[in-house]
Amino acid sequence: MARYILRRVLLALPALFGLVILTFVLSRVVPGDAAATLAGDAATPAQIADIRARYGLDRPIMEQAAIHVRQVLTGDFGRSIFSGRPVAEEIIQRLPATLELTFVALFLATVIGIPLGLLAALDHNGPIDHLVRLLSVGGLAIASFWLAIMLQLVFSMDLDVLPLRGRMDVALGQPARVTGSMLIDSLLAGRLDMFVDACRHLVLPAVTLALPGLATIARFTRSGVLETLQKDFVLYARAAGYGRVRLAAIYVLRNAVNVTVTQIGLLFGALISGAVAVEAVFDWPGLGTYAVQAILSADYKALLAVTLVVGVVYAVVNVAVDVVQALIDPRVAEEHR
Amino acid sequence: MTRPILQVEGLAVELRGEAGTAQILDDVTFHVPAGGSLGIVGESGCGKSTLLRAILGILPKGAETPRGSILFEGRDILSDRAASARGRIGFVPQDPYLSLNPVFRAGDQILEIMRRHAPGSRRDHRAKIVELFRAVQLPDPEAALAKYPHQFSGGQRQRLLIAAALACDPSLLVADEPTTALDVTTQREILSLLRGLAADRGLALLFVTHDFGVLASVCDRVTVLYAGRVAEGGPTRTVLDAPQHPYTRMLLACHPDRATDLAGIPGTVPAATAQPSGCRFHPRCPIVRGSCAESPPQTVTEGDRVVACPFHAEPILA
Repeated sequence: MARYILRRVLLALPALFGLVILTFVLSRVVPGDAAATLAGDAATPAQIADIRARYGLDRPIMEQAAIHVRQVLTGDFGRSIFSGRPVAEEIIQRLPATLELTFVALFLATVIGIPLGLLAALDHNGPIDHLVRLLSVGGLAIASFWLAIMLQLVFSMDLDVLPLRGRMDVALGQPARVTGSMLIDSLLAGRLDMFVDACRHLVLPAVTLALPGLATIARFTRSGVLETLQKDFVLYARAAGYGRVRLAAIYVLRNAVNVTVTQIGLLFGALISGAVAVEAVFDWPGLGTYAVQAILSADYKALLAVTLVVGVVYAVVNVAVDVVQALIDPRVAEEHR
Repeated sequence: MTRPILQVEGLAVELRGEAGTAQILDDVTFHVPAGGSLGIVGESGCGKSTLLRAILGILPKGAETPRGSILFEGRDILSDRAASARGRIGFVPQDPYLSLNPVFRAGDQILEIMRRHAPGSRRDHRAKIVELFRAVQLPDPEAALAKYPHQFSGGQRQRLLIAAALACDPSLLVADEPTTALDVTTQREILSLLRGLAADRGLALLFVTHDFGVLASVCDRVTVLYAGRVAEGGPTRTVLDAPQHPYTRMLLACHPDRATDLAGIPGTVPAATAQPSGCRFHPRCPIVRGSCAESPPQTVTEGDRVVACPFHAEPILA
C-alpha cells in the first residue's frame, strides 16, 4: 500500500512540472502587455521600457522560463504586478476560504448524492428514481449564479434566516488566524458562537456550489448500483440469506462507489472553477475573485501562481482518490504494483 | 420411508413479461428425503434455475406461483414468508468466481450470513468458520478468514462457498451445478467433499446438474425436467440403466459415453412463452401419437418410479 501511494505521488510530479511550463508559455503567447498595463494610460515609452527591465520582461523567453521554474521551486511566486505585494502571501490569505467552501460543498454533495443514487437505483423506474432524475437534471442545468441570487432572495431577503454574504458577522469579529478556515479557527479559539455563525454563512454558497456535484454523484452512484445489482454475487448473497438493507447499503454500495469516487476527484476541479461565480455573488474572499481580478488586470504573476496552486490541490485530491479506491477495492493496489 | 425434508407439490411458476406470460414451471412434484439426495436434470431452459430460486425464496420480480407448494421441514415456505428457509437451506452456487463479492474478506462474507441466521456471538461465529474451513480442507484456515476472494484458486473458492453453505447448520444443501466452472480433477475433489460432508452431517442434498456422470456419483434419486414439467423420476441407477420417457431415453443416448452415433434430439426446447399444447415434448418425440398434442400426459407410477408418458413402452425406431 505504501509503495502504491508513493507511486501515485511520483506520477503526479511530472504533470505538475508540465503545468508550470505550459502556463508560463501560455501567459507569454496571449496578447496583452503587462508592462504597458502596469504603466498606465499616460505612460511614456521610456517608462514602459523601464518597467519591462525591472520585471525582467526584456530577457529572452527561455531565460525567463528558467527563472520562473527556479522561483516556483523555491516557493517564490514574485510580486503581484497589480498590488505590488508578494503573490504567495496573497494566495495564502485567500486559499483557505476557497478550500473551506469547496470541501464543504463536496462533502454535502457526497453525503447526500450517494444515498440518493442508491435509493434511486433500488427503486429503479419508481417514484424515487424519477424524483432523483429530476433533481439531477435540474442540478446540472441551473446556472449557479442564478441559483445563488435566488437563494439570497428567498433565505436572506424574504425569510431572513441566513446571512446574505461574507464569511462571518462583522459584529463578532474574527477568530485568531491559525489555518485560515473559519470553522476550524473558531473551534480552536473555543468560540462556539463564531463556529455557528461561520456555518450559517457557509450554507447558501456551499449549497449553490454543491448542487451540480450532487447531481453528478447521484447519477454515477445510481448507475453503479444498478450495474452491481446484476452481478452473480448479489443473487448469491440473497440466496445465502443476507439482510436486504445491509446487502444494499454495504455490500452492493461498496462495489458501486468506485466509479463515483473517480467522479468526485474530477468534480473537485469543476467546483474550484465553479467557485468563481459563487464567490463573486456571496462576496466570499477566496481565490476565485482573486483570479478574476488578476485576469482583468493582466497580472500574469498572480495568474501563474493561482493556476499552479489549483493544480497542486487537484493533484493532491487525485492521489487521495487513488488511495480511497485502493482502500475500497483491494485489487486496485495489487494491479498497479 | 423417511419423512421428506423438502417436498415440492404441483408447483407452477409464471413470469409476466412484455412478451406475455411465460410458464417456466408447471405441475412439478418431487421430494428429497431427510439425509437423502436428489438430482434434478434437464437441458438449459428447462426451468432448473427457477426451481432453485423458488426453493431459496429469491424468485425474480414479476414471477408468480399460482399453484403448488414447497414444504421445507413440513412448513410451506412458498406462501408463508415467516417460514422462509433462508439460512436453513445451505446453497452452493454454480460459479465460484462470480459468486463471491470481490471487495470483502472471505470471513466477513460468511459472518454476514451467520449474523442473521445463526445463534451466538461474532467470536463464536469466527471459531465456527475456522472449523468449517478445516472441514472443507481449505489450507491455512485462520489466515483464510482475512483473505479476499481473488487470493484463492477456483477450487478453494468453491470450498469456501461450501463452508458458507454449512455455516448455519442446515439440514438441506442445495447445489447448482457446483462443479461446471472447475477443471476435471478439482470437480472430483469437490464432489467427494460434498458427498463426505453430507454423509458426516446427515445432510440431505438437492443437486441440479446436466451431467449424468455427476448425477450417478452423488444422487440416490433423480428427477428429469423437460420444458418446466417432470418427465421422469426414480432411483438414479434404474433411471440411468432403463430410462422410460422418450426424452430421457434420447437424452441418455446423446451422452458421449453411451452414444453410438451422437444422434442428438431433433428440434429445440420450446420457449417458455410458447409452450406446445398437450405433452410439451410431442413436437420432438419419435413415438408421438395424435392424442399427445391434445392434453398433458397422465403420469404413470410404477413402484418407486414415475413417468409422464403413457406410451413409454413403445420402442424408438431410428
